[in-house]
Amino acid sequence: MSSPIVKLIAQRVALGILLLFAVSVLIFAGTQILPGDVAQSILGQSATPVSLANLREEMGLNDPAYVRYFRWLFGILQGDLGTALTSKLDIATSIKGRLWNTLFLAFWAAVVSIPLAIILGLLAVRYRNGPVDKLISGLALASTSVPEFFIGYLLVYFFAVKFQVFPGISTVYDGMPFLEKMKAIALPATALTLVVLAHMMRMTRAAILNVMQSAYIETAELKGLTAFEIIWKHAFPNAIAPIINVVMINLAFLVVGVVVVEVIFVYPGMGQYLVDHVAKRDVPVVQAVGLIFAAVYIFLNVVADVASILANPRLRHPK
Amino acid sequence: MSDELSYLSMRVASGRLSRREFLGRAAALGVSATFANGLLSTAVQAAGPVKGGTLKAGMQGGTSTDSLDPATWQSQVPAMLGWQFGDGLVTLSPTGEIVPRVASEFSSSPDAKTWTFKIRKGVTFHNGKDVTPQDVLATLERHSDEKSKSGALGLMTGIASMKVDGDTVVIGLKEANADLPYLMGDYHLMIQPNGGKDNPTEGISCGPYKVVANEPGVRHVLEKYDGYYNADLGHASTIEIIVINDATARISALQSGQVNMINRVEPKIVDLIKRVPGVTIRTASGRGHYVFINHCNTAPFDNLDLRLALKYAMNRQEMVDRILMGYGSIGNDIPINKAYPLFADDLEQRSFDPEKAAAHYKKSGHSGSVLLRTSDVAFPGAVDAAQLYQQSCAQAGITVEVKREPGDGYWSEVWNKQPFSTSYWGGRPTQDQMYSTAYYSKADWNDTRFFNEKFDQMLLVARAELDNTKRKGIYRDMATILQAEGGLISPMFNDYIDATGPGVEGWVEDPNYELSGGYALQRCWLAA
Repeated sequence: MSSPIVKLIAQRVALGILLLFAVSVLIFAGTQILPGDVAQSILGQSATPVSLANLREEMGLNDPAYVRYFRWLFGILQGDLGTALTSKLDIATSIKGRLWNTLFLAFWAAVVSIPLAIILGLLAVRYRNGPVDKLISGLALASTSVPEFFIGYLLVYFFAVKFQVFPGISTVYDGMPFLEKMKAIALPATALTLVVLAHMMRMTRAAILNVMQSAYIETAELKGLTAFEIIWKHAFPNAIAPIINVVMINLAFLVVGVVVVEVIFVYPGMGQYLVDHVAKRDVPVVQAVGLIFAAVYIFLNVVADVASILANPRLRHPK
Repeated sequence: MSDELSYLSMRVASGRLSRREFLGRAAALGVSATFANGLLSTAVQAAGPVKGGTLKAGMQGGTSTDSLDPATWQSQVPAMLGWQFGDGLVTLSPTGEIVPRVASEFSSSPDAKTWTFKIRKGVTFHNGKDVTPQDVLATLERHSDEKSKSGALGLMTGIASMKVDGDTVVIGLKEANADLPYLMGDYHLMIQPNGGKDNPTEGISCGPYKVVANEPGVRHVLEKYDGYYNADLGHASTIEIIVINDATARISALQSGQVNMINRVEPKIVDLIKRVPGVTIRTASGRGHYVFINHCNTAPFDNLDLRLALKYAMNRQEMVDRILMGYGSIGNDIPINKAYPLFADDLEQRSFDPEKAAAHYKKSGHSGSVLLRTSDVAFPGAVDAAQLYQQSCAQAGITVEVKREPGDGYWSEVWNKQPFSTSYWGGRPTQDQMYSTAYYSKADWNDTRFFNEKFDQMLLVARAELDNTKRKGIYRDMATILQAEGGLISPMFNDYIDATGPGVEGWVEDPNYELSGGYALQRCWLAA
């Protein structure tokens, strides 16, 4: 591996870390400007000036904001996300199971949707402007245009209520047999697949079509290669960077954007957890979840950028 | 033909024929499904409870912030969970009588100031230890501690002394209270080992079920506790509460058989759900009511004529028909209805009267519009209700401006702060408690700012009165004052609407709470 590529990657990773710090400042500042403070929201209606003062003292709220920020940040760097105000439980412990559930669902949705989207994209390009392309694009557009809760309800209506093949609510728990777990997440995973499929498939199609205009594709055609060989061997590798980008954005969505799907299917993931704690004004939890979501987002974007750098032949083979 | 059917239904009841097969044969004999189901239900009831199996409830009202500490319980899921694994001194029967639980009997001194609860022998905690009077005392102490954040703290303020005397717990009151046993039935007061002073969140009490899995906001699994003293309660060997806050998901879970019962069916879809085979709608008229609140001490509502104008301009029947879809009953500007034991039903019913409203409005001298604040969270359909009210007021020449407030912060910024708003009350087990919580001048939640010395005095007199006939009379007089002068406009009492799936038997209509007074999971069983 040559030096410019290592340097670029190192720069990109460093930028990601810097960004994460910036986000942590924003999250902290954002929760500070909420009306009332944490002590006020814990005590609620029963707050008296004395109990407020005691609680502020106890929680260290009297220190200046920057002191509290760094205390919070160092805690996180040591893996300590703090304690939830409402349940007094360690946040890191409670989040672990939830995060795992969300990742589990996202993983299976990705395993189905990414290959499917790319294959459909390739097919659409192969038979471009023909009936196959129109059918694929049409269905994909239809599934993105419908809001995800509606897709969810449709799936529940047909597969859980009418034909009763899959459960309509997806409560998973520790120690649940793997096959049952897969059955439980079948519908939410399908809903998510339908939501992200179209975006990835359309981007794949557009990116490859873009490459197809290049002169070397014409050369390949003149060489007498079949349409599929041209697309697979020549167009696809050169379109990989934008495809990875859109795949990563959708992966990020699968982790951080599934609140609605989780609520509909009663899936015990991060989204549900965040919603519950926002409603109770449990600021430390909201901060922790916000930071985790930001980290996932930034990480996946860095991965996408690094992958595009690696996929760039000019960088891989410098003159 | 019907001989054959009753024979078959008995076979189902004894578990020798499946329900599905029975319904199939009934259909083959040309009997309607409703009739067949009715027949089956009678046979199954007659055969007695079926032991074993798993009973699941899908419920709204749980979040991942829920805790097993009884002091913190507020919403439906923790309360329901508590009723299954916990047991208090006493509880309320569906008809409003006090039923002994951990206390086998109780009595009071003639002046209703000293109460003695005899602790039942042979009751054990889920960890195998005996429930002692000391545990009971410690529980009461924990919930009456000034610093505790217990939801029952308000109930305990009247207690002056508590002590253990042999196998009894003796409670001394600051002032006489004939209703004390009702207060002891509160669901926060579940008896815990050493009162939960050591570890309130361990989930150990002495109810018919013990907690085996506790995932707040997701699900709670409980198993039958073999050591429970009363064999009549708790038929299923496992019960499960699954948190399903989304109304559509709850219905579909019931339809697909993933759960056997659900709470909170929305009134507007009840008629649709009724058509689903096997699903039964269970309603109970409880004490919960929806309210429009005037602050009696804040202009312009400090004017009695304006308050009366606003009361006469309320079309109560329309509210029940259109907001509750008929699943409720009309209110009468008092927080009390026939679900209370000492309710006087001869109070005159106030009805929609635009002319009277207009006359009082004119007399009040008020002009311009009246600002009513509301929000979706005030009660289901609150915004629609406010708009209906706006129209009925317009008929009396009163202009109401409806302001829709965000649900977020409604309870901290609008309710009990702004002079005219919408809200709801879940009701309390006794009139004394309802009035003491919200209409006594010194009440924490006097959300109508009702300060009436005479009313206060009568409340205290009634509280000390052990003669029920006399008490009923006092409560009637109090209701008359409140109806005439108070700031409460109560258009309707809402029914609890729950639903059960196929095979759920043993349901008891109970006005005390949702899902058969909170006891559905231990009262019901699954027929074959």
